Amino acid sequence: MAATDSFADLNSLPKYYGFFSFFWTILPAIIVFCIWSLASDIWISNSITDYFPAEIIDQGQDKIGLYINSLEIASKGVFIDNVEPLVLSKYLSMQYYSGLIRNSITILASLLGFFIVWKNIEPSLRARNKVESIIMSFMFLASFISIMTTLGIVLSLLFETIRFFGDVSPIEFFFGTTWSPQIALREGQVASEGSFGAVPVFAGTFMITIIAMVVATPIGLMSAVYLAEYSSPKVRSIVKPALEILAGIPTVVYGFFAALTVAPFIRGVGEGFGLSIASESAIAAGSVMGIMLIPFISSLSDDVMKAVPESLREGSYGLGATKHETIVSVIFPAALPGIIGSILLATSRAIGETMIVVMAAGLAAKLTANPFDSVTTVTVQIVTLLIGDHEFDSSKTMAAFALGLTLFSITLMLNVIALRVVNKYREKYD
Amino acid sequence: MINSDKFHKSRMRKEKFFQFYGIIAILMALSFLIILAYTIGSKGLPGFFQTYINASFDISQEYVDPENTGDEEVIKKGRYRKVFKEGVINIFPEAADNRASYRQASKIFSKGVSYQLRNMVLENNDLIGTKINIEVLASSEIDQLHKGNIDRNLPENLRPVSDWQLKSYDQLIQQGLIKTKFNVNFFTKGDSRNPEEAGILGALVGSALTLLITLVLSFPLGVATAIYLEEFAPKNKLTDIIEININNLAAVPSIVFGLLGLAVILNIFGIPRSIPLAGGLVLTLMTLPTVIISSRASLRSVPPSIREAALGIGASKQQAVFHHVVPSAAPGMFTGTIIGMAQALGETAPLLMMGMVAFIVEVPQSIMDPATVLPAQVYLWADSPERGFEEKTSAAIMTLVVFLIVMNSLAVYCRKKLEKKW
Repeated sequence: MAATDSFADLNSLPKYYGFFSFFWTILPAIIVFCIWSLASDIWISNSITDYFPAEIIDQGQDKIGLYINSLEIASKGVFIDNVEPLVLSKYLSMQYYSGLIRNSITILASLLGFFIVWKNIEPSLRARNKVESIIMSFMFLASFISIMTTLGIVLSLLFETIRFFGDVSPIEFFFGTTWSPQIALREGQVASEGSFGAVPVFAGTFMITIIAMVVATPIGLMSAVYLAEYSSPKVRSIVKPALEILAGIPTVVYGFFAALTVAPFIRGVGEGFGLSIASESAIAAGSVMGIMLIPFISSLSDDVMKAVPESLREGSYGLGATKHETIVSVIFPAALPGIIGSILLATSRAIGETMIVVMAAGLAAKLTANPFDSVTTVTVQIVTLLIGDHEFDSSKTMAAFALGLTLFSITLMLNVIALRVVNKYREKYD
Repeated sequence: MINSDKFHKSRMRKEKFFQFYGIIAILMALSFLIILAYTIGSKGLPGFFQTYINASFDISQEYVDPENTGDEEVIKKGRYRKVFKEGVINIFPEAADNRASYRQASKIFSKGVSYQLRNMVLENNDLIGTKINIEVLASSEIDQLHKGNIDRNLPENLRPVSDWQLKSYDQLIQQGLIKTKFNVNFFTKGDSRNPEEAGILGALVGSALTLLITLVLSFPLGVATAIYLEEFAPKNKLTDIIEININNLAAVPSIVFGLLGLAVILNIFGIPRSIPLAGGLVLTLMTLPTVIISSRASLRSVPPSIREAALGIGASKQQAVFHHVVPSAAPGMFTGTIIGMAQALGETAPLLMMGMVAFIVEVPQSIMDPATVLPAQVYLWADSPERGFEEKTSAAIMTLVVFLIVMNSLAVYCRKKLEKKW
């Protein structure tokens, strides 16, 4: 038979038979490897407890977990003195055999896959369809990662929050006015219970967000108006990207700017007027955050104003209105949903912003309405509660997750509303 | 008539004012940008330079290798502090008088000088018994004084350099022994407690490793998701849920991703803290939505005629997509990925949670070594009380911004030059 004839007999292009064999040889091996690694870890940590000293078993699940942790570290060659050498050697031998079995069954699975392919492969095999369905399932799995991420966020936040609400009542958390979680650090002391009334933290977040929006909204909106209605295309093509640079600067840079330049400046100005301003004042952090948010408002508002149909504008001019009157009474109302959407998105950004407030706002929770005072925010508290803490069992660390869940819910709500509003508006004119 | 004239005038005035407000708003926003750039630039530029002092040191046999063994272990343990001390006294003879004045004299030099001497001798044994003339780092205080950041007229107890040190500094200047040189250490060394010795190489490598993980994971996963959703996914509830999900994930505050990483990646998967692998995983989850959204947009911009032509000559659906649509959409996908990477490079908050903000001197060698990243280094230095770190912070910010500019220009280039116009 000539070569061309043998190709004509094939159901698919030759390379698909190659891919088909490749997948069958590699995939079973990968799957077996992953399953064994996972299962053997669980099995080892369950069965190694048989060799643990009795006093550790008596102390309950937490101590056993800690002991397993130190075993893991010790098995990597780090010397840890509370691990018994006997248990360690048992652990190491278990790991060794597990690794041996894992490697052999992985190779076995690969060989088995190869054998199956070898038996089944023939010209009439629909190799392309099979390969394509494998690629398809990989893409489908990839698209599931985003759902898994959201699920992971919600579950991990919920899990810790529910545990937290076992210790501290939700009523105290949402309505209490004293926030001093750090006291909970010193266990066994008098007053080792910290107090977790988060109202001052929420109030601080609210104040900084308001200050930021007071700075960002007028500047952002007026810039958008000028860019959309007055400026020449050339000016617009330069100024718009320049404004967007403000959104691209890392927030840690703004934090540094707020803490080292703006805060001392505002303090100095205040002293000139005889005001006493805290060095970590809400107004310093808030106004710098406002600068960062300008492009969030200006860019989107500019886009929606540009999208208002030309006929509306011309109708207004035809009636003799000036540009200003057209903008205020025709363009604004028409673009309002988009503008509100952009403001809501910027607000959600401000609430979730972390580095600026971590570097420039205060740590102590104070219930105050004075923007020159130092306040703290939800994100600052999350960072300070969790940095350097390895355990998850104190109310202090769990409180951070409760704050995180609150933050996540509020920003999610704002985003959903904003996206709805913007999309509805788009439909109206498209 | 007069009335309507007045009315007209007031309308015109309002018009003028309105336009004026717009210009003011834009000027304000731009001036914020300029002030920010100027503050960082003027603070940061001196950070790229460092003050050195020309000094000679007698590497005497007695201190370094008294029995002339030539053994590396012995030389490592040599008394280089003594060598350093003699060198200092050589320059400032009055420092020999008592401990207090010697302490002041030694603080003119960096704390790292005796280590520098040791490393030089370890590298070249022939130096033992000779007198060497080298440029050594001045201490951070002298460096600041030389750069004019310290007010000489302040009373002695309010300034970091003493009267005696001021006098000695002037003496060194007169002898022409003080020099300002480009700070090579800044790019070749890791972090340090001493501002004059601190560098960003560790943070740069940490950032590169973290971004590498992010790129390797988020590009294929993001592109695969985008292709699936745009080209293959059936229009049903599940697809809708995935789409809404991705849009909302893009707007979740970064700190929440940090909490997710802490709870899942560190505590459930048991990946050690502070390593680029852990940081890269969190940043992958954060950048995925950006990559997916921009890849979908570029897939959507490929006209249906391309798909139909491919299908018409007998290609399968996947062949049409992978052979024709994806190559046409690739520049847009690259653009989105680069922008996502730039965002990831500037991100700090979630890495704070993953323990990547730590004092780490060694430059990380692999994705499993403890590391810090560039913005985290900025955060760490900004928190340091030493005056000398202020300019280092700004210099690190400038380096970070240069990388961001390069990445964004690359993205713009990809969009302008490579993208097909249909």
